[in-house]
Amino acid sequence: MKRRDFLKGTAIAVAGASVPLAALDWIDAREAFAARDDLRWIFLVDTHKCVGCGFCVKACKYENNIPQETNATRTWVERYVMTRDGQVHADSPRGANEGFISRAIDRGTAGPLEIADEDITQAFFVPKLCNQCDLPSCVQVCPVGATYKTPDGVVLVDRTWCIGCGYCVMGCPYGVRFFHPIEHVAEKCNFCYHRIHRGESTACATACPFGARKIGNLRDPDDPVTKVVMTQRVGVLKDAFGTKPQVYYLGLNMEVR
Amino acid sequence: MYVHGEIWTAKEMFVLPNEFIYWSIQIVMYPFMTGLVAGAFVLSSLYHVFGFTKLKDIARFSLVFSFALLPVAMMPLMLHLSQPLRGINVLMTPHFTSAISAFGIVFLTYACIVASELWFVYRKHFVDTAQALKAKSTRTTGENLRLKLFSVLTLGAWDVSPKALEKDHKAVTVLAAIGIPVACFLHGYAGFIFGSVKANALWMTPLMPVIFICSAVVSGIALCILCYIATMEIRKFLARRKGTAGGLSVEQLKGVEAYEVRTSARYLLIFMILAVTLELLDIIFRGYTAVKSWEILRSVIYEIDFFHIFILQFGLGNLVPFILLLIPRLTVRRAAIASALVLFGVFMMRWNVVIGGQAFSLTFAGFMHYHLPIIPTTWETFREGLAGALLVITTPFVLFYFLNKIFPVFLEEEAH
Ligand code: SF4
Ligand code: SF4
Repeated sequence: MKRRDFLKGTAIAVAGASVPLAALDWIDAREAFAARDDLRWIFLVDTHKCVGCGFCVKACKYENNIPQETNATRTWVERYVMTRDGQVHADSPRGANEGFISRAIDRGTAGPLEIADEDITQAFFVPKLCNQCDLPSCVQVCPVGATYKTPDGVVLVDRTWCIGCGYCVMGCPYGVRFFHPIEHVAEKCNFCYHRIHRGESTACATACPFGARKIGNLRDPDDPVTKVVMTQRVGVLKDAFGTKPQVYYLGLNMEVR
Repeated sequence: MYVHGEIWTAKEMFVLPNEFIYWSIQIVMYPFMTGLVAGAFVLSSLYHVFGFTKLKDIARFSLVFSFALLPVAMMPLMLHLSQPLRGINVLMTPHFTSAISAFGIVFLTYACIVASELWFVYRKHFVDTAQALKAKSTRTTGENLRLKLFSVLTLGAWDVSPKALEKDHKAVTVLAAIGIPVACFLHGYAGFIFGSVKANALWMTPLMPVIFICSAVVSGIALCILCYIATMEIRKFLARRKGTAGGLSVEQLKGVEAYEVRTSARYLLIFMILAVTLELLDIIFRGYTAVKSWEILRSVIYEIDFFHIFILQFGLGNLVPFILLLIPRLTVRRAAIASALVLFGVFMMRWNVVIGGQAFSLTFAGFMHYHLPIIPTTWETFREGLAGALLVITTPFVLFYFLNKIFPVFLEEEAH
């Protein structure tokens, strides 16, 4: 059975079963669509493959109606440059919406920094997105429950209920949240929830020409992403916060913040 | 097209793309105003509960003022929401893991306590006023309205026998006693909102609620002293013109004023010592334990925010008024200046916590600078700018003016 058909079936079954039992019972959308104990969405980022082209960032903004010209973004790419004097320089100009078009490191009001080739010891790119944490601090602090975690592990924001207090923006240790410039509610990556439930991949993973981004199902041992996570050295960001991130990185460097 | 926060945020070095100063001036105003509410109430309770009779006059004053400040404590929160019309959702779908969602409950409990305490303190006044108006043979429309209002305010309790008044008095004491922990809780929980944000290295400390409570009491006392002096000056001015005000001559007023101010200044000093000690302790402790975040915190505290923290907050807002208050033979004018500086110091403390906490990036490698919008060009720059802050500051005084017509703070006769 295809994932899509399965979901449809479940939805109808749940809806149908609940009618004769208690005609006034509300159908919990979460139960109908995502209550599957064989599903837990995770993400795999391969930093070895990322070249910092920023296609993913652009695609994400198109897919999720975030105006291209805004400086906030659901996903972004960071560039790290290590130099011979032991320093780490990093930037992400406009979230790398246009990729990294300048060689100079963008330091905001401190001005750009040119680094000579011979001084560079190491350089790489790190894509970032919401970690769909298992213990999300954003869900914990939301005073109205507008931010919630689905049973299949994706953290969503209800645009019709968010009051725009910004507590979740403050509470997320990864800085992935911002305010939607048009809707004026909290906004963040949701693993393209609308797409993955149709059996498609996320917009960023689809747009990546090098396969640096992949979505997977942790509960499926045959899932290629799960296999990598289970068998290779993968890392997560800021483990110390105890949020249990579910975006796994291959080749994560300790310098990545 | 700007995203929220972009207009007033300048980024330096490595800052994540979505990071901006999201909690701006209104979130500075929020703990500042709730602090004043809680502090004013604690001051009034010192008299009601602990029987510090010396504070009798200023106690009633601070109770009414606390009531005037109450609705204003909510204003900054509402102004700050990007969906203000949905503010009610907090009460409809409370989430008990969120500190903000406790706000409605704590706030309403506290409001009920203050309102009932006020009622007991002023019940005799309501009855007296209503009866005096009733006794009049002819009444103007205004007087009729007043009669209605005061009759309603009595809530049907017209008994002003000494026995009934004694009961009132007891009720006030009990309410004030319950009110102190609730007031502390109200503000302690405001501190908890910040202290529990684990993603923020500056806020994340269990000391935050305690620090907030102490500085709240400091600010409340200072504001009450200041406003008390201001109203007394007005009364003296009126007395000079009319001969007396409320039956007191200018000389008598002066005596009362100096006495009350000096006594409350002593309490102000005690709480100031407590507040400053705790704040310094926090900084020293962070430096001593020096966890990973200390590197960036140090550069914020000792470099970027040095002027705000050590010159404006601790220097001008704490040390100078401290000296002013300690010099013997405290005059009313000196107390007024000191109180104003203390208020400024507490405001700067809120500023340094809220804005300072957002001054560094989650990357620990970059900084954000906040430029307060001065001239309101859009709704956003109005509500999160200087204009919005001034609106919040002036509202309690307007409310106080009207409340004073119903709850006159300077009754000649004892209210209970
Ligand atoms: S990364 Fe941040 S926004 Fe995403 S689930 Fe975790 S805490 Fe929430
Ligand atoms: S901004 Fe919206 S989603 Fe975030 S905590 Fe506030 S109400 Fe919840």
